[in-house]
Amino acid sequence: MSHHRLIVRSQEKRKCFCFVLPYSFSFCHRTMKILVAVKRVVDYAVKIRVKPDKTGVDTQNVKMSMNPFCEIALEEALRIKEAGFAKEVVAVSIGPSQCVDTLRTGLAMGADRGIHVEANSSFLPLTIAKILRSLAEVENPGLIFLGKQAIDDDCNQTGQMVAALLGWPQATFASKVVLDNDKHVATVDREVDGGLETLSVDLPAVITTDLRLNQPRYATLPNIMKAKSKPIKKMTLEDLKVDIKSDIEIVEVTEPPKRKSGVIVSSVDELIDKLKNEAHVV
Amino acid sequence: MMMQKWRRSGDFIRFGRKSLTNLRSKEDSVSRSVSGFVNCCESKGKLFEPNAGNHNTELDHRCPGRNLGIMQQYKCFGSSSASQIQRNPLFSSLDSNDVSYFKEILGEKNVIEDEERLETANTDWMHKYKGSSKLMLLPKNTEEVSQVLNYCDSRRLAVVPQGGNTGLVGGSVPVFDEVIINVGLMNKVLAFDEVSGVLVCEAGCILENLANFLDTKGFVMPLDLGAKGSCHIGGNVSTNAGGLRLIRYGSLHGTVLGLEAVTANGNVLDMLGTLRKDNTGYDLKHLFIGSEGSLGIVTKVSILTQPKLASVNLAFIACKDYLSCQKILVEAKKNLGEILSAFEFLDNNSMDLVLNHLDGVRNPISSSENFYILIETTGSDETSDREKLEAFLLKSLEKRLVSDGVIAQDINQASSFWRIREGITEALQKAGAFYKYDLSLPVEEIYNIVNDLRGRLGDLANVMGYGHLGDGNLHLNISTVEYNDKILGLIEPYVYEWTSKHRGSISAEHGLGVMKANEILYSKSPETVALMASIKKLLDPKGILNPYKVLPQSFFSP
Repeated sequence: MSHHRLIVRSQEKRKCFCFVLPYSFSFCHRTMKILVAVKRVVDYAVKIRVKPDKTGVDTQNVKMSMNPFCEIALEEALRIKEAGFAKEVVAVSIGPSQCVDTLRTGLAMGADRGIHVEANSSFLPLTIAKILRSLAEVENPGLIFLGKQAIDDDCNQTGQMVAALLGWPQATFASKVVLDNDKHVATVDREVDGGLETLSVDLPAVITTDLRLNQPRYATLPNIMKAKSKPIKKMTLEDLKVDIKSDIEIVEVTEPPKRKSGVIVSSVDELIDKLKNEAHVV
Repeated sequence: MMMQKWRRSGDFIRFGRKSLTNLRSKEDSVSRSVSGFVNCCESKGKLFEPNAGNHNTELDHRCPGRNLGIMQQYKCFGSSSASQIQRNPLFSSLDSNDVSYFKEILGEKNVIEDEERLETANTDWMHKYKGSSKLMLLPKNTEEVSQVLNYCDSRRLAVVPQGGNTGLVGGSVPVFDEVIINVGLMNKVLAFDEVSGVLVCEAGCILENLANFLDTKGFVMPLDLGAKGSCHIGGNVSTNAGGLRLIRYGSLHGTVLGLEAVTANGNVLDMLGTLRKDNTGYDLKHLFIGSEGSLGIVTKVSILTQPKLASVNLAFIACKDYLSCQKILVEAKKNLGEILSAFEFLDNNSMDLVLNHLDGVRNPISSSENFYILIETTGSDETSDREKLEAFLLKSLEKRLVSDGVIAQDINQASSFWRIREGITEALQKAGAFYKYDLSLPVEEIYNIVNDLRGRLGDLANVMGYGHLGDGNLHLNISTVEYNDKILGLIEPYVYEWTSKHRGSISAEHGLGVMKANEILYSKSPETVALMASIKKLLDPKGILNPYKVLPQSFFSP
């Protein structure tokens, strides 16, 4: 609900800006840069196991891949670039050294360069948002694309927080993105309960991507080869001057309760009795 | 990662029983004579007299009412020789006393007379072969299997052992009224040794369940195939199923360490060893691996499983011609040998079929090419395995052996690549009628038969080639609008003769079943088949186990 309101506000802001202060050429498509955040997560198809000490999820010897929503975000950025609306697509990943593999995947899909922000502990959305804000201040992108959420923590917060920290408009859960270079706006369809909502946001903006936006491309051999010579810049938290203090502490991670096996009832009376006295639903 | 996770088996509707009735030709349209090859061997078969005291079969033929009250001729679709089988009149017919006896042994609910369930059990999943059994038995343990068989043997009631009923040659369904013995209730894992990796289980365990069980222990089954969600390990062993991992872990003759089988008279043979090495006498378990239930019913299996390795990578590549495919195979064995775990190929006709008939499938390669290859590696180190695979593929690209390719970046992508290869059978079924051949050939010959058959059939049918290139195993499939005599006449015996000429096998991994029982002589000498027949007579003197299958009837006729 809160981000819904935020977006409405951003639209009003756009109107003001458009009338009062037409944009300079700083986000001209010939120079526009798109920043895409890509997260390394436990692969979508892997059965998650909780560590016996309940401190988190077991990632030892587990297949890690790019978060599927981030893949969609990257694909959209690449399509925008291929359509001539942007000059460069920069993929950024935050985490341990293996994040370079995720960035290589991004580069093999077509990103021009990568930024790896090294960090050995796993961060919650606010810290990531602060890091992305610092990066945005350095890189000065015209658009930041993120997946709407990561499949490991399902937080669905980072995009909104980045937009808030930067004071940029945001369009979340995008299912269609159309850029208008002359007016420096993005028109974004988002899937909401009961239909589609269409927003216009000024650039620069933050867009988070939903499942139906596009179908990401595969990494082809020629592109894998090209990716090998693309640069990945390493940065540290100190470089970006980000405070990593967190107000949230994870107390315990446990598996959901196991489903009890069902029973076959022999009569309607027994069914009603069970619904009443065991399931407490009638 | 476990390999099976790379495939969305859950999505498969491969075993859905969509009716193909409307696609069948008229029943009597498929009744060509058996090939001359078999006829010439009939006299040979006469050397092997069945048990003394048998009726004169010829007389029974003339007087069908005498023994059974019925005279049936078996009809099936898509195979020429299988359509002319006569019911063996020496077999008894089921009566109410038999059913009562079975109920006594197995209990009411494990003796199935329900028509709907029998309909399913009587029909193979392709809807090509259909029997008319009136009874299915569901034993719960070896003892019950033994009692049932002992009784059937004494009554001379023919039986068909059945597992998941996923066979492709009509081996798992009755031909006439054979009693179906389904081991589906015998589905317990009996032991697993985490040091040796030896798994001991009952025959009715579903392959995928075993794989899931092993996954929790950090191990993988040495075989994997498209039907894993339905097929039973007992059936896999009885048919010596091959599948996608054979190139890595070898055939079941190597990985099955022991088994328990019940012979026709109810004798229980305990050969359930768990030793890798055991040279004491004849290794008789091999008789039951791949004999398709014709020598005994496998009730327990001990099988060597492998540790699950952390890193699995999959590439889907395109090649211009078949020669390049061969060269890539040779290079892959040299450069990826220790991590190579699958090497599969399909031609563009197969790709088009899948794209046209399965939802949500896309060609990973942007422009269509003549051949596609799946290369899977399984190893212990993600980074080095991936580098090795990439380096190999990039080198192949530079040498122009590969025209384009993609590497799966996550399991989801890998599943969608596998979906193409594993979905061909399903797509074939949706496309209409199809004729399936499963051939072993020298690798350099594999695609010649596809081309030859294309020339022969012209516009009449769509000829597709795909399969386990790494194992020299071609799945030759011919897709047509409907089953018809003319097309079948052009395919058979041509395919068998072609295979025989190149010293190939007419059944690489599917078995002979009822479809190719008479064609065994294309791949085995009459002397060899004669010895097989005498082994069959030794273990099953009355011939009640899975009759009409595996071996030609002529070897048993008086």
